[in-house]
Amino acid sequence: MRKSIGSALAALAVIGAGAVPALAQQRDPAYAAARASGKVGEQSDGYLGIVGNADPSTQRLVDDINIKRRAVYADKAQKNNATLEAYALSAGCTAALRTVAGEKYRAPDGTWQTRTNAAPVRDSRCPSAAAAGNDTGD
Amino acid sequence: MMHHELTAPACAATSPQDTGEGAAAMQRHRNGKRRALMAGCAILVAGLAGCVNIAAPDKPIVIELNINIRQEVIYRLAADAANTVEENADIF
Repeated sequence: MRKSIGSALAALAVIGAGAVPALAQQRDPAYAAARASGKVGEQSDGYLGIVGNADPSTQRLVDDINIKRRAVYADKAQKNNATLEAYALSAGCTAALRTVAGEKYRAPDGTWQTRTNAAPVRDSRCPSAAAAGNDTGD
Repeated sequence: MMHHELTAPACAATSPQDTGEGAAAMQRHRNGKRRALMAGCAILVAGLAGCVNIAAPDKPIVIELNINIRQEVIYRLAADAANTVEENADIF
């Protein structure tokens, strides 16, 4: 009796652990929309940038997200004995890989690029997609 | 008589040769304060052999802080950063 309950609970926990992160980690709809329309894009320094002229609501949105990102970087950098900038750059490498076709990202030379199905142009210090264990491919 | 006047202890727009000669002449003919001032200028100009350029460079000085981050650091953090991005997917 106990065993079956225990195993049932364990199974539930596994399912729960898989489901909850996906639900909790949805992008804010305004952010998702701005990203899809190409108003905001990933920068190589690990922060979001605005493509072209900034309007107040987009600026607020981007500032809010960047502040949150910075807080995360500060915390993680300290845990990893690295500088905030180094950690942010490393996260930027990963974030650039997460862009989908049609979204904007900033190439190392500062120009805004539109993501295609090809690999994004990233900072030369970024590890290659294979080395980073990028398993989002086919 | 040559009449050179160095009005301030800065670089004068005259050739060092002239100023040195004029200043030396003035040392003999002026007294007290003037002499000290001229002596100072003569030493300064003679030592510098030309004007000190205090104008700012025309290109702005760009300091790239990012270049100090080495690739090995990025590699070391890559795995942890990937996890962080996944954990915080709502802001990434």
